[in-house]
Amino acid sequence: MKSAVIVFPGSNCDRDIQVALRDITGVEPTMVWHGDSDFEKVDLIALPGGFSYGDYLRSGAMAPTSPVMKEVVKRAKDGVATLGICNGFQVLTEAGLLPGALMRNAGLKFICKDVKLRVDNSTSIFTNQYEQGEVINIPVAHHDGNYFCDEDTLETLECNSRIAFRYCDETGDASHEANINGSLNNIAGILNSKGNVLGLMPHPERLIDPVQGGTDGRKMFESILGALTNA
Amino acid sequence: MTKQEIAQEITSEMVAEHGLTEDEFANIVKALGRDPNFTELGIYSVMWSEHCSYKSSKVHLKKLPTEAPWVICGPGENAGVIDIGDGQAAIFKMESHNHPSFIEPYQGAATGVGGILRDVFTMGARPVANLNALRFGAANHEKTRHLVSGVVAGIGGYGNCVGVPTVGGETGFDASYNGNILVNAMTVGIADQNKIFYSAAAGMGKPVVYVGSKTGRDGIHGATMASTEFSEDNEEKRPTVQVGDPFTEKLLIEACLELMSSDAIVAIQDMGAAGLTSSSVEMASKGGVGFALNLDHVPQREENMLPYEMMLSESQERMLMILEPGKEDFAKAIFEKWGLDFAIIGEITDSGNLTLSFQGDVVADIPINSLVDDAPEYERPWIKPLSRKPVDMDELEKPEDYNKVLLDLVGGPNLSSRAWIWEQYDHMVMADTLKGGRPGGDAALVRIHGTKKALAMSTDCTPRYVEADPFEGGKQAVAETYRNISATGAKPLAITDCLNFGNPEKPEVMGQFAKACEGIGEACRVLEYPVVSGNVSLYNETNGEAIKPTPAIGGVGLIENYEDAVSIDFKTDGHAILVVGETEGHLGASIYLKEIFGLEEGEPPFVSLGQEKKHGEFVRSMIEQGHVRACHDISDGGIAVALAEMCMAGDIGANVADESDSLSFQAWAYGEDQARYIIAAEEHCAAKIMSDAAIMGIPAFCIGTVGGKKLEIGNRISIDVADLKSAHQSWMPNYMAEENKKS
Amino acid sequence: MKARIHITLKEGVLDPQGKAIQLALGDLGFGGVDDVRQGKYIEVDLAETDASKAKDALDDMCKKLLSNTVIENYTIDLDE
Repeated sequence: MKSAVIVFPGSNCDRDIQVALRDITGVEPTMVWHGDSDFEKVDLIALPGGFSYGDYLRSGAMAPTSPVMKEVVKRAKDGVATLGICNGFQVLTEAGLLPGALMRNAGLKFICKDVKLRVDNSTSIFTNQYEQGEVINIPVAHHDGNYFCDEDTLETLECNSRIAFRYCDETGDASHEANINGSLNNIAGILNSKGNVLGLMPHPERLIDPVQGGTDGRKMFESILGALTNA
Repeated sequence: MTKQEIAQEITSEMVAEHGLTEDEFANIVKALGRDPNFTELGIYSVMWSEHCSYKSSKVHLKKLPTEAPWVICGPGENAGVIDIGDGQAAIFKMESHNHPSFIEPYQGAATGVGGILRDVFTMGARPVANLNALRFGAANHEKTRHLVSGVVAGIGGYGNCVGVPTVGGETGFDASYNGNILVNAMTVGIADQNKIFYSAAAGMGKPVVYVGSKTGRDGIHGATMASTEFSEDNEEKRPTVQVGDPFTEKLLIEACLELMSSDAIVAIQDMGAAGLTSSSVEMASKGGVGFALNLDHVPQREENMLPYEMMLSESQERMLMILEPGKEDFAKAIFEKWGLDFAIIGEITDSGNLTLSFQGDVVADIPINSLVDDAPEYERPWIKPLSRKPVDMDELEKPEDYNKVLLDLVGGPNLSSRAWIWEQYDHMVMADTLKGGRPGGDAALVRIHGTKKALAMSTDCTPRYVEADPFEGGKQAVAETYRNISATGAKPLAITDCLNFGNPEKPEVMGQFAKACEGIGEACRVLEYPVVSGNVSLYNETNGEAIKPTPAIGGVGLIENYEDAVSIDFKTDGHAILVVGETEGHLGASIYLKEIFGLEEGEPPFVSLGQEKKHGEFVRSMIEQGHVRACHDISDGGIAVALAEMCMAGDIGANVADESDSLSFQAWAYGEDQARYIIAAEEHCAAKIMSDAAIMGIPAFCIGTVGGKKLEIGNRISIDVADLKSAHQSWMPNYMAEENKKS
Repeated sequence: MKARIHITLKEGVLDPQGKAIQLALGDLGFGGVDDVRQGKYIEVDLAETDASKAKDALDDMCKKLLSNTVIENYTIDLDE
């Protein structure tokens, strides 16, 4: 499985996802600079966390204007698997590949800690190694992760199982208390309608080795590897 | 400022406004053989300021040990460098940004982080960890919340964006910092030993290159501000605070590291305090050369900037470098790729002078050695601090409810959980922060990428002790980092120090400084734990009142295999709990006295450095041999608090016997005797640890076992771990939440 | 030509920053502050001299970059 990691000025989790992909797929990902308008054919495009272009104006707002994103948008629309983590999720919404927007956390503070997520779609190419309803442990690290969309969009997401992950408590209850940043319906990650684009605020690439405190992030990359290798 | 103002004659008022004494001014005139012009006066004033010249402290700093076989570069460069094996080096330093952070907490703290990051990547290292040491005023002081909130947001805002994890630190509250908080930031980086860059300029005619952000009028006179006391009207000084741009810093890191992978750079230096002045003077001075700079070529953010402003600006995210001739275009392409300014602003000369031209005129021409070698150096008068009387504990009424005492301590301002703070810092970016070394433990542990090794890092100081006895307090600050690092299983290698004191012109403050330095030096010598970098911050006073002397120590250690490392959390029912080290029940200057009785009296605990070394080595060897399941150093709050912290971290109880014996319970449980650790181990391992300790003559006692849901200590303490956690975790968020409820 | 662009959160989108400001104003003793909404203010200098063309260009800028129309509204004032 071949993958590409898009590097924007200000990306800072590009190496982390590069390491995770290399470790789990066994193939070195291609690092693609934001100024490149073309890159080799790959099975997976990953948009890393960080502060692309300083996250000035709005988080993720500048990235869609870059040459590389025009190509990413085209390929994602053609069905290439595309994963956006944290800032990558913000970029995907700003680029129109995923609906909604990520606003300032309700508590107004940056939050970095392990959180519990409930897997609400375990059939996608990104999540098929998880059990439906499984509660997993993944860290978050963001200031703008408060997911918002209009009511119709929310209903569409809910009715079509496009909400991949929700913030929950240890029992899997997506309670108000477990909603760390004020997201609508505790949304932590969503899929596009075709299921080939996933955006999520938590960082699965940070928990792939037990010494990091767990391996719940591994299954996402294993899901992708399984789905795209067999495809 | 206008051109006329700059051309004006220098008056004694102007000299005083620049923080120079009459004698110092006379020396400037002597060095130049004429009166300085306004630009030159500005340059001398910053180079001869306390911040840049260390004029009051140098004589004492010279006494600190700075060498060991593993030290590659000690103090004097941008940061210290130590050998961590396999051709790699750890490069680190801690620096203060106290005064700017009090005036504008967010930007002051943010630019403090930015500055220390630059000190480290200037030398060729990729920064891998940030730490800090913060001191705020009393929790009930009206400004404290606002300052905590701003400083924490500023540290997070900068560090999170550049993508360097903030993995550790300490935060204290004390009324002595009401008008002068301390914000000390530390960065640790990793480099290949054959790719370390220094600042000494060399090579006649080689180009002097400016890279990074443009120069604006920000922070002019930051260095002199850091060298004077605060008075109430300093709150009007807002414009002198610099504004940071972490996004540019991130680009600057990547661009510099990219250029450093080639052989284009001769020398490099960041523009920190006193900006272009100190960077060019230091580079030229170290290389024994002159610099000719054409200020018209300095990238400028504002219009009509004058030489004085350009030379003194503290605009952030800028570097100065000497390139190999012919490499200019290659280097320029890299900086342009990252969207950063790149300008050749001058060249190296053999004049020995700093010569500045501006719009066709020479506007300054100063012998460089006069700025550095002739800088004043004072042996300021100092008096030996008075020693305190021991506290007579029998005169104090003993608490009736020791449960309440423990809850008050772990749920009080100084020992409560700092999660509210470190959850605002991205402490996991780079994906090398080890689970057991996340914030909240003894030392932060960060894996050296792609290896089995990890760095252990800790910042510590106990100002209560330093105030009570600067010599013992200085020793203790070093010893505590040594213990914290040893408790993870890592070998402590070297320290950086950030010496925060009051006005050095007061003999009693200078006495604190001198004795604390002696204590630090003594500890470093015995523990073979030298000082490789550091910073001095003096004049930490408001309206004549000095802060508690606070020599913050940042220690760095190495563990060869991170899988051997242990954390503080109790893990499994049935593990035996051991105390290593002698418990004598010393309560003088303890947190128990301060927080339970409101007393700041007595002598601090004596630090036996021989025991520190012996016990630290013993604990490390037991960890390395795999006998230890959890380990924690005993410090503030003694055995009882250490046990509570281990229970809370592991979410499991412990049953401990009251071993107070001939001591009173309070002395046994809350005494702060040094050189002690608590260890949890499986029973057969505990026996092995006890017998090895006996052979080596190290005191080790089994005091109980891990298990249950309560922490029970004899018949005096019995508290649900859940209640301990609730008290521990709620103080800080509750306190900060009151920000919006104040009347 | 100089344009002044105000960007505000749409009605119904929770504005936690505005709420925090409202609370703080209350703390400072400013009573009767019913609501606070925080937005952005952007100044743009244009070479264009035709007001209607300028307005069209600005409208496009707002839609494509300066605002996120999922959550934000914008208004454009042009100095003519």
